[in-house]
Amino acid sequence: MNGVHDMGGMDGFGKVEPEPNEPMFHEEWESRVLAMVRAMGAAGAFNIDASRFYRETLPPQVYLSSSYYRKWLLGLEALLLDKGFISNDDVAAGHSVAPAKSLKHGKFSVADVERVMVRGKFGRAAPGPAKFKAGDRVRAKNIHPATHTRLPRYVRGHVGVIERDHGCHVFPDTVANDAGEHPQWLYTVVFDGSELWGPDSDPTIKVSIDAFEPYLEAV
Amino acid sequence: MSDHDHHHHDHDHSELSETELRVRALESILTEKGYVEAAALDAIVQAYETKIGPHNGARVVAKAWTDPAFKKALLEDASKAVGTLGHVSRVGDHLVAIENTPGRHNMVVCTLCSCYPWEMLGLPPVWYKASPYRSRAVKDPRGVLADFGVSLPKETEIRVWDSTAETRFLVLPMRPEGTEGWSEDQLAELVTRDSMIGTGFPKRPGAPS
Repeated sequence: MNGVHDMGGMDGFGKVEPEPNEPMFHEEWESRVLAMVRAMGAAGAFNIDASRFYRETLPPQVYLSSSYYRKWLLGLEALLLDKGFISNDDVAAGHSVAPAKSLKHGKFSVADVERVMVRGKFGRAAPGPAKFKAGDRVRAKNIHPATHTRLPRYVRGHVGVIERDHGCHVFPDTVANDAGEHPQWLYTVVFDGSELWGPDSDPTIKVSIDAFEPYLEAV
Repeated sequence: MSDHDHHHHDHDHSELSETELRVRALESILTEKGYVEAAALDAIVQAYETKIGPHNGARVVAKAWTDPAFKKALLEDASKAVGTLGHVSRVGDHLVAIENTPGRHNMVVCTLCSCYPWEMLGLPPVWYKASPYRSRAVKDPRGVLADFGVSLPKETEIRVWDSTAETRFLVLPMRPEGTEGWSEDQLAELVTRDSMIGTGFPKRPGAPS
């Protein structure tokens, strides 16, 4: 979706402000939100792309004015409500007042913690041959799906070169909507800065994205 | 409530922000429904606080600086190479190590959200997840580097890696001069988190830590 989360190339957000000796969490509740997201994801309530999509669909003014973990909280609430794991009555009461729904992988317990500390596997068997190989020139398609996608706006319509082939991976655009994994070939595609930002841009810049095959067309 | 009772686990609700109340309520709902064990949430937080962090990445970088065969393996398949180091945290698939050279500097961003190599670097700092970095890194990386007090020769190629899939990128910075004969442990002390994101350099020998 063409949301405010897709901010590559936007101006006006000001300087980057690193915080010296930054703590891992600024408030205790941030750590609880992180833990709830990890636990409910691992229990099978949602996949990582669905959780991203629910943050992306927060109203733009909310997205831009909320702290990182506040966005995680709002996205998690919306997702769990939508999928029926919690109800509006639960939220209004601040306690469980409605029946629970069964989780794909069951209750998340202490024994499951080690599992969430290692990232999941996203590589899948290839459903067919790769369309592109390293060195091929490709164009990022000019597409604007209203649903979740990992093709940022700033590359759409631009020509780059395939640099690496990462094999086949779960396709975020479908799995985010519970429409299946549909594994797709994944490539690192490199763009010259001038292709993205025009002839007056810094000639020493190159930018790459990792693009799923359906995002690309041969040039 | 007396001051004596004023304990951080026993806040009066009126002291809590709307966000804190909402987080507590959601946690109650999820535990009461039997979706998660409260102790498991504690254990997740504790694991993040103790098991992951930039020290993991620093060990990998220091090893690559001292062991050419490991460096070659790391650049070919970082997940596999890191997996051979028993003392570093386990990593998932799809970790990619990218090497800085005198002619090319690498920098990592996630313009769409906050993708970051957690197992190598820990949880990302706020700036990495915030709009200024995510918006500008791909368009004006030299300007972003200037915000960090970093400047590169004007002819150096800057390669920005936007983490748009489940691949995760670890920058292998250049080994500082003046470290000939140093041990891996000594070298690891020089490797900063930002040098592995590409927004900084390793510390120089003798520089204050």
